[in-house]
Amino acid sequence: MTPAIRMQGITKRFGAVIANDAVDLTVKPGSIHGVIGENGAGKSTLMSVLYGFYGADAGTIEVEGEAVTIASSADAIALGIGMVHQHFMLVQTFTVLENVMLGAEGGPMLAQGMEENRQELERLSQNYGLTVDPDALVGDLPVGVQQRVEIIKALRRGARVLILDEPTGVLTPEETEGLFQILRGLASEGVSILLITHKLNEIMAVTDQVSVMRGGKMVAHRETAVTSGSELAALMVGREVSLTREPAVASQGAPALDAKDMTWRDNNGVVRLQDVSLTLYGGEVLGVAGVSGNGQSELLNVLSGIEPMQEGELTIGNRRIVSADPAGPAEMRKLGLAHVPEDRHHRGLVLPFEARENAVLGYHHGPGTGEGRLISPAALTSHCTRLMNGFDVRPPDPMLRSAGFSGGNQQKLILAREIEAAPKILLIGQPTRGVDIGAIEFINDRIEELKAQGCAILLVSVELEEIFALSDRIAVMNEGRIEGVVRRTEADTATIGRLMAGVTGESAA
Amino acid sequence: MTTLPRWADLGLIPLLNLSLAFLVSGLVVAAIGEDPIKAITVMIQGAFVYDGSLGYTLYYTTNFIFTGLAVSVAYKAMLFNIGGEGQAYLGGLGAVIVCLALDSILPAILLIPLAIAGAALFGALWALIPGWLQAYRGSHIVITTIMFNFIAAGMMVSLLGGPLQRVGQSSPQTRNIGEAGQLPFIHDIGRAMGFEATTTPLNLAFPLALLACLGVWVLIWRTRWGYALRALGHSQPAAVYAGIPAQRMIVVAMLISGALAGCMAVNEILGAQHKMVLNFTAGYGFTGIAVALMGRTHPVGIILAALLFGAIYQGGAELNFEFRTITREMVLLIQGLIILFSGALALMFVPWLGRALRRG
Repeated sequence: MTPAIRMQGITKRFGAVIANDAVDLTVKPGSIHGVIGENGAGKSTLMSVLYGFYGADAGTIEVEGEAVTIASSADAIALGIGMVHQHFMLVQTFTVLENVMLGAEGGPMLAQGMEENRQELERLSQNYGLTVDPDALVGDLPVGVQQRVEIIKALRRGARVLILDEPTGVLTPEETEGLFQILRGLASEGVSILLITHKLNEIMAVTDQVSVMRGGKMVAHRETAVTSGSELAALMVGREVSLTREPAVASQGAPALDAKDMTWRDNNGVVRLQDVSLTLYGGEVLGVAGVSGNGQSELLNVLSGIEPMQEGELTIGNRRIVSADPAGPAEMRKLGLAHVPEDRHHRGLVLPFEARENAVLGYHHGPGTGEGRLISPAALTSHCTRLMNGFDVRPPDPMLRSAGFSGGNQQKLILAREIEAAPKILLIGQPTRGVDIGAIEFINDRIEELKAQGCAILLVSVELEEIFALSDRIAVMNEGRIEGVVRRTEADTATIGRLMAGVTGESAA
Repeated sequence: MTTLPRWADLGLIPLLNLSLAFLVSGLVVAAIGEDPIKAITVMIQGAFVYDGSLGYTLYYTTNFIFTGLAVSVAYKAMLFNIGGEGQAYLGGLGAVIVCLALDSILPAILLIPLAIAGAALFGALWALIPGWLQAYRGSHIVITTIMFNFIAAGMMVSLLGGPLQRVGQSSPQTRNIGEAGQLPFIHDIGRAMGFEATTTPLNLAFPLALLACLGVWVLIWRTRWGYALRALGHSQPAAVYAGIPAQRMIVVAMLISGALAGCMAVNEILGAQHKMVLNFTAGYGFTGIAVALMGRTHPVGIILAALLFGAIYQGGAELNFEFRTITREMVLLIQGLIILFSGALALMFVPWLGRALRRG
C-alpha cells in the first residue's frame, strides 16, 4: 500500500539548534497517526516542514508515492495536505459559511459562490458527520464547533491528509470525545490524519500508529494496539534516567503549605487542576513530575497567587486562602512564599530592566531598594552585587540589561533574589530549562542548601532526572490531577511513567 | 527589534529625523518660490534673536512641557493617552472656577496654589474615567481619551456660551480673573529687579513646568511606585508575578497624566490670558504626543523637544509675518512635517542605522 505521506531524513536547523535530526515518518492512508513528544521535541517543526512553513535543510517528502517539494502552505494545500492549527484562523464576526468560502469566493459577486459553498458544506456535513449551522456566527460557537469549522475548511480545500496540532488543548472532555469521533469517521472515509499531541491518553484512545519524538529525533514507531501508555511515557522522557545524584536525607519538618481539593478552570472553562490536594513539609523537596501541560504551570500559578483561587483551599501558616478571601503574589511573599517561575523571560524578569532592578522585582518594598522614601541607586547596586557574588552571576555587572545575560545567569539571578528573601516555602518551576550544564550543578546545590535550612520546596520539572536527583517525595500530575505521591526511595521510573500516563492500580498494562 | 547604542538612540536619531523634516520643509518653501535658507534664518531669529522672541518661545515651551510630561507618564505604563487636549481643557475649567469664585476673597498666596490644584484635579478627573474603563473593563484608552476630547470640547462650548460667559458679552469667554489669581509675568519680575525687559506672555508657569519635570523624573526613576509602573509597562506578566496591582497602577498613572495635562491651563489662564476663551488649548495637547515621543518620554528629552516645538511655533509665526507667500497654513504644514518625521516616523531610521553601525 502506498503511504499517504513518507518523510525521510528530515533535518531542520535553527542556528546551532537542531530541531529535527534525520527524522523519518510514514503515514498509512486512512489511518490516524499520532506524533507524541514533550514540548520542544520537534513535533511542530516537523509538521511545519510538511505544511511548507519551513524548508527542510535535508530530507525528502513523498505524497502518495510521488516525490514533492513543498515550499509554501499553498503547495501543501495543492497536494491535499490540510492543517488545523492550535489557534484557530477564523474570522470571528463572519458566519460559518463565510469562513468556509474564504479564499474560494468564486468571482467578484458572492451570490453564486455562496450557493456552491453551501452545497459543498452540506455534502461534507453528511459525508463526515461534521454537522454545523452554516449561518451561525463563528464567534457565537463553542470552541469545539469552531474547531469543526477549521476541519471543514481544510476538507473544502481538498485535504486528503489532515494535520491537527494539539487539537484538544482548548477542548472540554466532551468536545474531545466528539472530535475523536469525527477523526475516526474521517479516517474510515480514507482521510489520513496526523495528530500532534503530548497527551498519552489521546494517543491511546484514538490512534492506529504512533511515533515518538524526543530532542529532535524520532525515537520509536509503534502500533498503538501493541504498545502501552507507560512504554510511550518512558520513550518520551528518555528510557534511561541516569541517577548520578541522590538527594540528601531529609528531616521532614512541620507542614508549611497545605492544599485541599483545589480545582481551577481557565478562561475557556477547561479544567486545568482537578481536586489537587498536597501537603508540603519544611525541610523537604516535593518534586512534581509529569508530561508538560498536565496542570503543573497552573498549580504553580495558583499556589503563588498569580491566578486567583477558585475551588478548594490553601493554608499557609495561620492564613487560610479561599476564593472568597484570595491572596495575591504580594501577600504570598509576605507569608514567606518565594517563587522561581517557569518562564523567566516573561515572568521572572523584566528583560529591559537593569540586573539591579530585577534583583528587587517583587521585593521593591523591601530593604533591597534602600531605607528611605526614594529608591537608592547605591542600595540597588550593592544589593545586586551581593546577590551576584553569592550566586556567581556572570558578568557581575548590576547595570547590565537583563536581556544581556545568558539563560543560566538569568536563572541564577532569579534564584538569588528568591533565596535571599529567606523564604519558608519556595516554588520552583523548571529550574534548569535552557540552563548550561555548569549552572545546573550550582543551582541544584543551592536548592539542597535551602532544604537543609528547613525550607519547604516544591519543584516542578519535566526532567525526570532532575526530579529524582532532588526530591524526597515525587507527586505525579496527569490531566490536572495528582495521580499519586511516591517516596523517592520507593520510586522507580516505571512506576512514575505509569502514573504520568494516567495508568493507576493493578490493571496497568 | 533593533537596539542602538544609547548615543545613537538619544542623539543621532532625533537629529536625523529633524534634518529630514527641515529638508522636506525647505523643498516646500523652494517650491513656492522662496529661498529656504532665508526662511530658516528668519525662523531661527524669530524664535531666539528678535526682541522678546525668546520669551514667546519659552511661553510655548511651557505648554509643551506639561502636555509632553502628561503623555510620558501614561506611556511608561504602555498607555497611549491621546486625551491631553481634553484634560488640559478641563484643567482650565478647574482653574477658572476657583479664580472666579474666590478672586475677590483670597490673597494671591492662597488663591494661586488653589487654582493650580483645581487645574490638576479637573485634568486628573477627566483622565480618571478612561483610565478606570481601561483597567477594569478593557476599553481601549486611545479610543476613550479621543472621545473624551470631543466631550470636553462640547461641554466647554456650552459652558462658555452659558453660565461662564462674561456678562454683557457675546464672545465665548469668561470675565477676566482678578489680580490675585494672576501668575506674575517674567518681564514684570525682571523690571522689578531693575532689568529692562520686553513684554512677553512668559510667566512663572515656566519654572513651574521645569519643577514638574524634576518631579516626574523622581516619580518615575526614584520612587517604588515609579519602579512598579515601569515594570508594568515593560511586562505585564512580570508585574503580576511581582505582586504589582496592575489595574490600580493604570488608574493612578492616568490620574497623574491628566493632572499634568491640566496644568497646561496654569500657563495659559493664570499666566498669560487671565481668562478662559474658547479653544484656548489650541492643539497643545495633541502636539504633546509628538513632544513626548521625540523626547523619548524622558523629562530631559521633553524639555529639549518642548523647546524645539516652542521655537517652531514662535519662529513659524515670524515666518508668516516676513514672507507674504508663506501663509499661516504653510507654517502649519511645516510644523506638521516636523511632527510627522519626529513623532509618527520616529523609528523609521532605526533599522538602517542599526545595520550601518553594525557594519561600521
